[in-house]
Amino acid sequence: MSTANTKDKDLFYKIDLSETKQQLNDFNKRDKNFNNLKLVLKRILANVTMGYDLSGIYKDVVQHLSVKDIQIKKLIYSYLATYAKHRPDLIHHPVSLLLNDCADRNPLLRSLALRTMSYIQLPYVAHSLMDPLRHCLSDADPYVRKTAAISLCKLYSYDPALVEKHSLIRFLRDLLADSNAAVVANAVAALCEIANKSSNIQLKLNITIANKLVNALDECSEWAQVYILESLLHFTPQSSHDATLLIERIATNLQHSNSAVVLSSTKIIIYLFNYIQNQDTISHYSRKLSPPLITLLSSPPEVQYVALRNILLIIQRRPLVLHADVKIFFVKYSDPIYVKLAKLEIIYRLTRVENYREILAELSEYATEVDVDFVRKAIKLMGRLAIKIEEASDECVRVLLSLLNDGIGYVVQEVIVVMRDILRKYPTRYIRDLPVLTAQIDHLNDVESRSAMIWMIGEYADMIPLSHELLDDYLFAFREEHVDVQLSLLTATVKLFIKTPHQGQELVPRVLAWGTEEMDNPDIRDRAFLYWRLLSSDPNAARDVVLATKPTISTDADRMDRSLLDSLLLHVGELSSVYHKQPTAFIRGAKVRYLPDSPCLDTHARRAAQTASARHEAPTPLPSVPSPDVAVGGDGSGGGEGAGESLSVSVNVNNSAHAPAPSPTSPTNPGSANDLHARPISVAGDLLPQHLTDGGIHAANSNRLTADFGRLSVGGVGVGGMSPSGSLGVNMNEEQHANHSPHSPSSPIYPDAHSHSLHSPHSNSTPPSNTPHGAYTQLNPNSAETNDPSNPYAALGDAFDDTPVLHSRGDHNDSLLDF
Amino acid sequence: MISGVYIMNSKGEVLSSRLFRSDIKRSISDIFRVQVVSNPDVRSPIITLGSTSFFHVRHNNLYVMAVTKCNALAALVFEFIFKFIKVCTSYLGQLTEDSVKNNFVLIYELLDEIVDFGYPQNSEIDALKMYITTQGVKSDHAITQDSSKITSQATGATSWRRSDVRYRKNEAFVDVIENVNYLMSAQGTQLRADVDGQILMRAYLSGMPECKFGLNDKLVLERSDKTRIVDDSALGGAVELDDCQFHQCVRLSRFEQDRIISFIPPDGEFELMRYRSTKNVNLPFKITPIVNEIGRSTVEYTIRIKANFDSKLSANTVNLRIPTPLNTTQVKCNAPMGKAKYVPDENHIVWKIPRMQGQSEATLTADADLTSTTTRQTWSRSPINVDFQVLMFTSSGLLVRFLKVFEKSNYQSVKWVRYLTKSQGSYQVRF
Repeated sequence: MSTANTKDKDLFYKIDLSETKQQLNDFNKRDKNFNNLKLVLKRILANVTMGYDLSGIYKDVVQHLSVKDIQIKKLIYSYLATYAKHRPDLIHHPVSLLLNDCADRNPLLRSLALRTMSYIQLPYVAHSLMDPLRHCLSDADPYVRKTAAISLCKLYSYDPALVEKHSLIRFLRDLLADSNAAVVANAVAALCEIANKSSNIQLKLNITIANKLVNALDECSEWAQVYILESLLHFTPQSSHDATLLIERIATNLQHSNSAVVLSSTKIIIYLFNYIQNQDTISHYSRKLSPPLITLLSSPPEVQYVALRNILLIIQRRPLVLHADVKIFFVKYSDPIYVKLAKLEIIYRLTRVENYREILAELSEYATEVDVDFVRKAIKLMGRLAIKIEEASDECVRVLLSLLNDGIGYVVQEVIVVMRDILRKYPTRYIRDLPVLTAQIDHLNDVESRSAMIWMIGEYADMIPLSHELLDDYLFAFREEHVDVQLSLLTATVKLFIKTPHQGQELVPRVLAWGTEEMDNPDIRDRAFLYWRLLSSDPNAARDVVLATKPTISTDADRMDRSLLDSLLLHVGELSSVYHKQPTAFIRGAKVRYLPDSPCLDTHARRAAQTASARHEAPTPLPSVPSPDVAVGGDGSGGGEGAGESLSVSVNVNNSAHAPAPSPTSPTNPGSANDLHARPISVAGDLLPQHLTDGGIHAANSNRLTADFGRLSVGGVGVGGMSPSGSLGVNMNEEQHANHSPHSPSSPIYPDAHSHSLHSPHSNSTPPSNTPHGAYTQLNPNSAETNDPSNPYAALGDAFDDTPVLHSRGDHNDSLLDF
Repeated sequence: MISGVYIMNSKGEVLSSRLFRSDIKRSISDIFRVQVVSNPDVRSPIITLGSTSFFHVRHNNLYVMAVTKCNALAALVFEFIFKFIKVCTSYLGQLTEDSVKNNFVLIYELLDEIVDFGYPQNSEIDALKMYITTQGVKSDHAITQDSSKITSQATGATSWRRSDVRYRKNEAFVDVIENVNYLMSAQGTQLRADVDGQILMRAYLSGMPECKFGLNDKLVLERSDKTRIVDDSALGGAVELDDCQFHQCVRLSRFEQDRIISFIPPDGEFELMRYRSTKNVNLPFKITPIVNEIGRSTVEYTIRIKANFDSKLSANTVNLRIPTPLNTTQVKCNAPMGKAKYVPDENHIVWKIPRMQGQSEATLTADADLTSTTTRQTWSRSPINVDFQVLMFTSSGLLVRFLKVFEKSNYQSVKWVRYLTKSQGSYQVRF
């Protein structure tokens, strides 16, 4: 149509509608090859591309559909696809012409007309299409059949009831046995989409069909191979033997040059692993998976990225894959940032005692790169390695401390944060390095690192020389600090006081006074009160509570929940696998996939699948075990489906009474789906807390809350008994007597400090108040404390001291394991 | 599947777009423009907002972008975008803003043919060219006449080739191109050395030729399973390939059974296979950098490069990029071979050697003067990068042993083979 050296660019100007109308109607018989008409139509299309409204000349354009020229038809079809919906009243005329074309002698034209019509979403078109569609589904020409299969899918997504009423789906089922592989692939793609969208149609393939489909693989295009491979997820092996045979045949496709084919093959193989009992088979094919996955790393970066995110999932479930290939994931200087970050995570997973030296050397290289996120993450990983591999910790700490020498702000900050966690894991091992850390105190500009530094000062108050002066420096700006830092300061000051009373005696009253009187934040207030009462009532209990030994941290929470992992592996290559999120988290109406049950399903996998499905209120129940040849489900009432079912693929059209799943309009996880709507999810954010977008932060915080809540509930009784009434009463009082010091329930008793004069927090500024004691005794928290002084508070103290929750446990749906 | 495809220029203006599903509006490209085009710090090729995901690839200052509303197969979407770019390039010469505008109708036509309802269908250039042409009109009549041939081609088992190809002289050219990935640590240990290889073929052969292709490999696809290795080490000099991937046309099941690469090639140029090798990689160049920071004001460089291949061969366009600190003011370079100069914009010394004979060596000396800076920022040394091309040399040692062509008419064919080892940004030495 357009000759190679056309200047169609010149057509991109806004046309005058009435003039164009004129040109369209001045259709001239002498227009040789319709060149003028073509030019006008092209100009119209150029305007459509630029986004101008051209619905005004609808009638004038459409009248030319009767011209017997494929190029003209194509141009007008393009126009129709955009504007038909604007003029439903005028659709009858073009449809009758399109219907003619659907019965044309030329198969190309037949499919072109069919394709165009099925794009037009109008009730009249859909109804008129029923008959020609039925014919085309059994057309003699494969090209028409394959177009018809997809057209049916289009119609189904527009009006499922209509398609079911005309019982067209069985045609698709018949097409699975088509002699042409391209037709089979499109039919199976259409079936998968229909089954995925519909609430009452399930697709199940038996071994005969599965084998037929696999046979077709050799003959079809790369895309068709993907559709066929994907459909095999609907096949549930009934014996370990079946699964093994299928894997053997699919494994060939791992050698394909299209990464989508490789990933889909990988997906099916990993899926089938769950149905194989013989561990040797699994490890044999696990090893076979590695080379193709590595080869994907020489693809363009976008594909690499998808591959890397998938590899990260796969190696967690099948550790044999890529077991020995960590070097492949070393970052190239020229890699785009998203590839670099994805590689880092994999490197971390593949680090073991045997290779940590090599990896540590590599990570320390990364720590000198330019990209801030990347550097921070590399440093974080060193910290995680120290915690994960005990043997590596000395070396990690050495490298981390050496990074401090460069004095780059964000490096120092990150190292401090990481060192805090290392100290939590090995509380006594690196005490001699503390001075090096505290020397960096002036470089910390961000909240987290300052909190971390303050925590260290508090925790090692008795070992760091002049710790009280360091804290005092921070306290200078207490009121302007971020809440997190304020909380850390509160705790650290109390610790300092308990450990070295003579150093803290001056600081504690000041901090508690600020915390209880001047801060609006309820958490700070509550905690300040809590410490205060604790200190004033029973100094020894205070020591036990505040300095209680904390459980050591581990990297266990890095591990993804088994059922989530199994479920995500059913989405290899899909967006879910890139984000490591269930599709329900970001796609409205998506279905959760589980491993279907079968006699040969691995018992662990079954258990994981069952707990997962229970957790999700069973949106689709575990399908029951079908007997090998007859498919389960259909009660046959769905439009003559049951009759003459020679193929035992069952496309079960259950009627609503039997509908196993909730309707697709009610997503299984409405909360999260709505929350995430219109909020950006970015995986870069996923990996890096500081880049979390709204949705991400939301999730992370809620996790954090649930985690803390879980721990708090240990001491539930005690907390409930005391805190709400206590603080409420005080607050009220405060408002009434703003200039008094309302809260000195009894003078605080300082542990080991009896020789010093007893200070109430405010003794320096305001004299103790004379408010009637009775008001306080009622609300006095001591009454609660005396009930059971030791038990609940141990739990509380722990929760407080662990304020920087390292990783979110709790809801594993969310893979925001913050590194 | 894919809901729509957009081609946009670097300003985010839509040059061409096609919607395949009604679940998105055309104007969704505005969101992409805000989130990606006008965002200076894009950190992912995929962006998801709500249920809508944008996949983009940059090509010649254009954005080729696909939108999906479902849990799409991300790999498939990207593969589709790359394939689409390839098809367009083949039709238009190159895909640029001008060529897109000049051929917008053709692009619509191609997109409609390649994708239906968001499902990529047929992207074989050969089949497409039978009925979508740029040469004016291959008359309607002809298309009608050939229609059944076209449809069977587009859906058939060998959709990549038509049977009526005729050449007076039957020739096939094989290019073995290896890209070396090399990384040396500052301590001189080798962190990584492997080869990504590509075998390109240009086949100008008549009819439906049956080709068999042989390499000097011993395929170690299954290291555990020794019995299946066909070529044994008795052949000597056999190359170990870690993995290989083949073009659509290669019969994978045949390869799986007896390790024979057999195929009916598409007409013209295509990538027959890709492979990877990590064993016994011959490194074409040895780089020895000595870089000293003298005080705060000078950096001294002594960079030695040695060509480590046969003296009969030679390397072309050897380019070394040697990073300098950010506060460099000037650099005095002294290169005995080629030219070296300091490029301030990139903070690199670029040393270009147009031609370098095997076994020869050269040493660059340079002094970089630094301005004194107030902030004591250490120099984050990026690696020295070496780009080069060496003809008739393979780092993996791979050689083509034979290419046999069988055709019904039994014609004689001439076969040529060429080897090239190169690096583009992947041969790196830390210092």
